[in-house]
Amino acid sequence: MYAQLVKTDADKVKSLEEMDPQERRFQERIDDDQKIEPKDWMPEGYRKTLIRQISQHAHSEIVGQLPEGNWITRAPTLERKAILLAKVQDEAGHGLYLYCAAETLGVSRDALIEQLHSGKAKYSSIFNYPTLTWADIGAIGWLVDGAAIMNQVPLQRCSYGPYSRAMIRICKEESFHQRQGYDIMMKLCQGSAAQKAMAQDALDRWWWPSLMMFGPPDADSVHSAQSMAWKIKQNTNDELRQKFVDQTAPQAAFIGLAIPDPDLKWNEEKGGHDFGEIDWTEFHEVLKGNGPCNAERMEARVKAWEDGAWVRDGLSAYADKAAARVAAE
Amino acid sequence: MSKEWPLWEVFIRGQHGLSHRHVGSLHAPDAEMAVHHARDVYTRRNEGISIWVVEARHITASAPGEKGPLFEPSNSKVYRHPTFYDIPEDVGHM
Amino acid sequence: MGPLFEYALRMGDSCLILGHRVSEWCGHAPAIEEDIALANTALDLIGQTQMWLGLAGELEGRGRSADDLAYLRDSREFRNLLLVERPNTDMAHTLVRGFLFDLWHFHTLGALQRSADERVAAIAQKALKEVSYHLQRSADLVIRLGDGTAESHQRMQAALDALWPYTGEMFLEDQVDADLAAAGIGPPLGSVQPLWEGDLARVLAQATLARPASTHVQKGGKTGVHTEALGYVLADMQFLQRAYPGARW
Repeated sequence: MYAQLVKTDADKVKSLEEMDPQERRFQERIDDDQKIEPKDWMPEGYRKTLIRQISQHAHSEIVGQLPEGNWITRAPTLERKAILLAKVQDEAGHGLYLYCAAETLGVSRDALIEQLHSGKAKYSSIFNYPTLTWADIGAIGWLVDGAAIMNQVPLQRCSYGPYSRAMIRICKEESFHQRQGYDIMMKLCQGSAAQKAMAQDALDRWWWPSLMMFGPPDADSVHSAQSMAWKIKQNTNDELRQKFVDQTAPQAAFIGLAIPDPDLKWNEEKGGHDFGEIDWTEFHEVLKGNGPCNAERMEARVKAWEDGAWVRDGLSAYADKAAARVAAE
Repeated sequence: MSKEWPLWEVFIRGQHGLSHRHVGSLHAPDAEMAVHHARDVYTRRNEGISIWVVEARHITASAPGEKGPLFEPSNSKVYRHPTFYDIPEDVGHM
Repeated sequence: MGPLFEYALRMGDSCLILGHRVSEWCGHAPAIEEDIALANTALDLIGQTQMWLGLAGELEGRGRSADDLAYLRDSREFRNLLLVERPNTDMAHTLVRGFLFDLWHFHTLGALQRSADERVAAIAQKALKEVSYHLQRSADLVIRLGDGTAESHQRMQAALDALWPYTGEMFLEDQVDADLAAAGIGPPLGSVQPLWEGDLARVLAQATLARPASTHVQKGGKTGVHTEALGYVLADMQFLQRAYPGARW
């Protein structure tokens, strides 16, 4: 998802019997659905995994501002411009809530941003794809936010209190994001032939990258099992991906768009859709930095940060001077 | 790296709220700007009518490990609750 | 077309173009908190644009909506102040531009609240609440960065010097202003400038910034003779409406 590949440093999940008493008490609290709070004892692996997951999630929100932000100045009506700006602004807000949640684990926001800029920290592969037309803004809201919400709703029950609370706020705010995207697609599909073609083209380009957002298949994921034992992940990648396909297929049909997968069809027996094989080579290439926009995205983030240094420093300097003036009085 | 802006905890009293509630945190160079940032970050959906901010390092929290000794003793003080007392109905509302 | 149509376009276009400029920051600001704050300002300005251009379309009576006016006029028909179309350049230019405009906007709306035209008064009342906050924020940041580090001071002064020639236009009054003032619809002639000057002097003093000496005034916004910058703004903003004529979005 927004945190697609979170390493846990675990080769296998320990049983209660294998744990020392402290870790066992911790695991029992999790099994009992109690929330873990910042100052509680926690295994180092839990802390590290959470920092990775929450910061990947935060970075994704902040980098995620860029592809959609591209179109704020080109939105076709005043209302669309306001909606898109409000939505991209929400993403900044969500990044902020998540950085704050990560900070409760003893790491500073600046340090996390530094990890993003140096390439050490990851963010969702999806934001390395370009937004080429207005329909891409619709497709992102509909598919990307749709996939994100699917992952974020269960994260509201995550075992770590600050993360869980951030997700509750985010889910509440995000409820309009997917709808505004689908609304854009609906309008395009009701419009001229050129507009409808624009919508279909966007779906063609965003469909497979959206499915990749759920991360690698369960069979390849030992990290998934540990994260689920710690309740910092509630569903497997494949479960959520299946749910997403089942939810999205009828929505596409409703507005007359074709999902670009010849193998997609309803399977009565399993009560879900069968769908084609995902190109995992592409996924790993994008994660490695070889997606169409990885370089531009990082360049934009680093530039914003470096260009902003004098502003942050200037404001700090004024605050120090003002405090000194008060102290001298 | 330059100095990071300190972390502030934000408390907001909502449209119908009686008291301020913790809503989240943010970074700001000083208290006045923290209030501005809190307005911009945490009241985007018409959530608030009053904002408090306090620098995070000034908050003293109870130790999580002491949940038992701190809070369980009050469990047994049932006589602090009005329902502990049986007052005949004839007495009327009390 | 009457003077109020012209005046509504001037107000609406200034909000539209400044809102556009501020929205360009989204995702690129110096800190997340500032990114969010800038977007709030841009959102307010887009909302005000809808009100002013909506009024202009209504007064014109030819069925043009706020969107038609925003997206289907060419630069010679735009009536915004030159100041607001100046590029973002850096946060210093953005904040100083915002502050110089906010201060004028605040006092203008203050007068318009008492307009004899109820529609104008209603828009002004709603907008003034938002603009009061814009001004509070921009004045505060001008003071802080003016009196921050040597670099921030130097950048703020450079931005003030560069944008100063575009401020005079705000106070050049023409027949439209005179007609509306006479009808009690617009601000009384000459009433906004002294308020602007007074507040400006106080803020610049606190910011340790020097009022530029230049008295040269760049003008043309009110008659639609803009700087080169506006054409690029419109090319960006109007692209979809121009490329797909008559499409609904």
